[in-house]
Amino acid sequence: MPDSFDIIVVGGGHAGTEAAAAAARMGARVALVSMRRDMIGAMSCNPAIGGLGKGHLVREVDACDGLIARAADHAAIHYRMLNASKGAAVQGPRVQADRVRYRAAIHELLADLPSLEIVEGEAASLRLGGPEGRRVKGLVLADGRMLAARAVVLATGTFLNARLHFGMRHVAGGRVGEGASVPLAEQLRALDLPMARLKTGTPPRLDGRTIDWAALDRQESDADPWTMSPLGKGRVAPQLFCAISRTNAETHAIIRGGLDRSPLFAGVIEGQGPRYCPSIEDKVVRFGDRDGHQIFLEPEGLDTHLVYPNGISTSLPEDVQIALVRSIAGLDRAEIVQMGYAVEYDHIDPRALDSGLAVRAMEGLFLAGQINGTTGYEEAAAQGLVAGMSAAAFAGGTQPMRFDRTESYIGVMIDDLTLHGASEPYRMLTARAEYRLRLRADNAPTRLTGAAIAAGMVGPERRAWFESRMAARQRLEEATTERLSADRMADTGAQVTRDGSVRSLGEWLRFPGVGADTLLALRPALADIDGDIIAEFRTDAHYAPYLARQEDEIQRLKSDDGIALPADMDFAGIPGLSNEMVERLGKARPSSIGAAGRVRGVTPAALAAILVHARRRAAA
Amino acid sequence: MTSTIFALSSGSPPAAIGVIRISGPRAGAALEALAGPLPAPRTAALRWLVDARGDRLDRALILWFPGPRTATGEDLAELHVHGGRAVVAALQAALGAVDGLRPAEPGEFTRRAFANGVIDLAEAEGLGDLLAAETEGQRRHALAIAGGALSRQVEAWQQAILEASARIEAILDFGDEGDVDADEARPRAIADGVAAGIARLLAAPPAERLRDGVRVVLAGPPNAGKSTLFNALAGREAAIVTDIPGTTRDVIEAPIVLAGQPILLIDTAGLRDGDDPVERIGVARAEDALAGADILLWLGDPGAAPDHPDLIRIGARCDATGHRAGVDLSVSVHAGEGMDRLRDLLIDHVRALLPREADLAVNARQRAALEEALEGLHLATSPDALLFAEGLRLARVALDRITGRAGIEDMLDGLFGRFCIGK
Repeated sequence: MPDSFDIIVVGGGHAGTEAAAAAARMGARVALVSMRRDMIGAMSCNPAIGGLGKGHLVREVDACDGLIARAADHAAIHYRMLNASKGAAVQGPRVQADRVRYRAAIHELLADLPSLEIVEGEAASLRLGGPEGRRVKGLVLADGRMLAARAVVLATGTFLNARLHFGMRHVAGGRVGEGASVPLAEQLRALDLPMARLKTGTPPRLDGRTIDWAALDRQESDADPWTMSPLGKGRVAPQLFCAISRTNAETHAIIRGGLDRSPLFAGVIEGQGPRYCPSIEDKVVRFGDRDGHQIFLEPEGLDTHLVYPNGISTSLPEDVQIALVRSIAGLDRAEIVQMGYAVEYDHIDPRALDSGLAVRAMEGLFLAGQINGTTGYEEAAAQGLVAGMSAAAFAGGTQPMRFDRTESYIGVMIDDLTLHGASEPYRMLTARAEYRLRLRADNAPTRLTGAAIAAGMVGPERRAWFESRMAARQRLEEATTERLSADRMADTGAQVTRDGSVRSLGEWLRFPGVGADTLLALRPALADIDGDIIAEFRTDAHYAPYLARQEDEIQRLKSDDGIALPADMDFAGIPGLSNEMVERLGKARPSSIGAAGRVRGVTPAALAAILVHARRRAAA
Repeated sequence: MTSTIFALSSGSPPAAIGVIRISGPRAGAALEALAGPLPAPRTAALRWLVDARGDRLDRALILWFPGPRTATGEDLAELHVHGGRAVVAALQAALGAVDGLRPAEPGEFTRRAFANGVIDLAEAEGLGDLLAAETEGQRRHALAIAGGALSRQVEAWQQAILEASARIEAILDFGDEGDVDADEARPRAIADGVAAGIARLLAAPPAERLRDGVRVVLAGPPNAGKSTLFNALAGREAAIVTDIPGTTRDVIEAPIVLAGQPILLIDTAGLRDGDDPVERIGVARAEDALAGADILLWLGDPGAAPDHPDLIRIGARCDATGHRAGVDLSVSVHAGEGMDRLRDLLIDHVRALLPREADLAVNARQRAALEEALEGLHLATSPDALLFAEGLRLARVALDRITGRAGIEDMLDGLFGRFCIGK
């Protein structure tokens, strides 16, 4: 008899842990399968969590009671609010996290979930059943153990046909020091899912004791005591500083001299790399006119001397890496502890997935993280949350939570992935979210926690926190409906023109000259409300006129999303669609006319043809 | 399955030639049914056309255009038949009897061309205008729009805004990480340039004037000679003329063409306070017509002329009353005096109100989208970079509605193609 679970999650990285935890919070019995128990919650690449777009994802996962933000706070040794000087909607919270502390926090959070069991072992193959073997029944481990479950979430990172490149030398494997999981990969290939090849890279790691810190500009942790999650104990770890340096003409000359031994340029690497964090050799080749590129030197933790030089990801040979590092100010005597390398891997084209990250062609199989062509911890965690939640809803027969692109970055990412696929490792950017004025990092709970509670994903502690927060917002709204004159506002100390205008207090809050102090002077009874709730309320007021303008557009989008397209729509049979459109639509299989309109290259004319065709079919 | 449509595409019979068009997946089958084996694509052939019983209908020139590179984007056939009523009717009956064929709805060929991506929305609108064009100016203008002149201009703006967006997005998403040009001046200058261009286009005369004609309204007190002048300009007795004041009760319209310029001539009831309820309604309508006038021909006391930006004060019946002071022009319909000068004057005024040939004129739908784009660009002057970006986004969305669509991915392409971005 196999051990029986509701859900099996394979992989203990950011996607796997969030998936397992989300399903367990919903009451599912979950097996989290990982080759090594102690590697669960490992940060495999850079030591940073958050950033622009990415920080939004972290806050959204947290709003659904996920793990990443609380673990990041426990581990954070440096806090930085990116874009602090720009609009609230594009501010990105980012932390440097101590690896050891991060992993410990994840283990502790998982241990709090009674229905989650960690199973140490290597996933060998899926157990399949149903007609034509198109239904997942469980998992077989390499040592022969059998696990049964109604759904399996694969969050296996870069394990599919992964290859590491150190200069012209290459070895099979996912991360340095870990093997690549091959049999499961063969089985996935046999399913005939569309696949593509991507590459990603990592910089050399430096010994911090050999860096001349005094010669470099320091960047201190933010003084303002914000945290990633509102729950938890705040900032608990000592704060360290980062430093900034730059590459220079000499660095670039060294890189150019080594290009003939770069796997990237010698044609050994075939996978498509990201446009936005290219390797340093890529940057030098593509942007040859620049005299230097910025490098952030980020400490990896409290108990380690390792430093991560963010900005010089490379797969050049060892001697070139040493020379290029030492040509940089402050690093002239730096020792490399581990060389940088590139990883090439296969990923499943996420257009084979539905909006719950379920594989359309295999009932009960869900995919999350790098296997879907994304890069980054935050993107992985957010997908893990979606896949774990969807799998638990599937197994339990409940209604899953839907993430809409007008309401969350998670929704933007899922929509992008399932409609456009990933022609390069997908990274979240605020530019991807057309309605970002409403998708702020500071209002994630307001946007998502209610729906997450309804889906059963939220534990009692956050639920209580959320209810008191909403009650406070309610009080704020009720206390700010009274209409007040400009004179009255100015008399209370607000910096406004006495132009005789009259507005509700809520509307006055959108003016920069009307601060929280004015609000509290007029409404002293609100003094017990948290400053961040008032700040969110003020930001809402600030953007309100623009949000109102977007409302029509969003309604149009939603009505287009409401026109369903049949799952077996034959796009090739619609006259007037180009072959390219037919191919893209066939791969993405948009579920609505709205989604079809977001498939790249689909013109309004083509949309009209699709709509006419769908209507005609419905009428037939 | 798309239906196959047919229609007489030339003017109504009788005419020398009648061109019948067939478009859709069964166009080839229909052509074979009537004319035998398909001729070589895009080559005229002379064939006997027969109906289902084998009866000969007409000897005609036939053309076969296999899709998708056709005017409608579908398989297309043309029958150039003799343009008699009976011939055309017999052929339409024969085509209607072919399985899967039906008569086309109005505009359906163009709609299919649009739905199949052969033309974009602006071009479709231009094509519609071209088919309806009656004057030379209308034709040239419609041809420019159908040929994509407006689409090209809008595309140029879209490209410019896309570049500005890419630049500002780079600053928003990567500005804090070094490695991008944090200077906002360039994208702001681009946005200002586009805003100025759109404002210029919006200031140009609207396309509707070309289509519907410039509204020239004759107004004045009763019995001032308005209807006499109206009939003279219209070249026919469109309005009843008597010596009795208040003869014209309603608004009378007559479309005319002067030197190729489309004009809608409008005669109105004389303006006075009367007791007759019918006349009072007529006066109210006259006042409405006055409010909508592009050009006002005033036939009353020059000093009593209403305020209008394009006013021509006429001294009528100058043969009887003599030349009055304060008028722009004296005319006498009966003596023929001043009429040529009036026509020349009208042509000058009308020309100033119509889009010049080199101008692009926009219709109401396009105007609304452009105004929205301009509003977005005005928001883009906000010092808040985020609102600047939002304004550009609104402008993109609005311009997309005129021709096509530029997705967020296009913007990201622009972003990454132009910048070196460090992580």
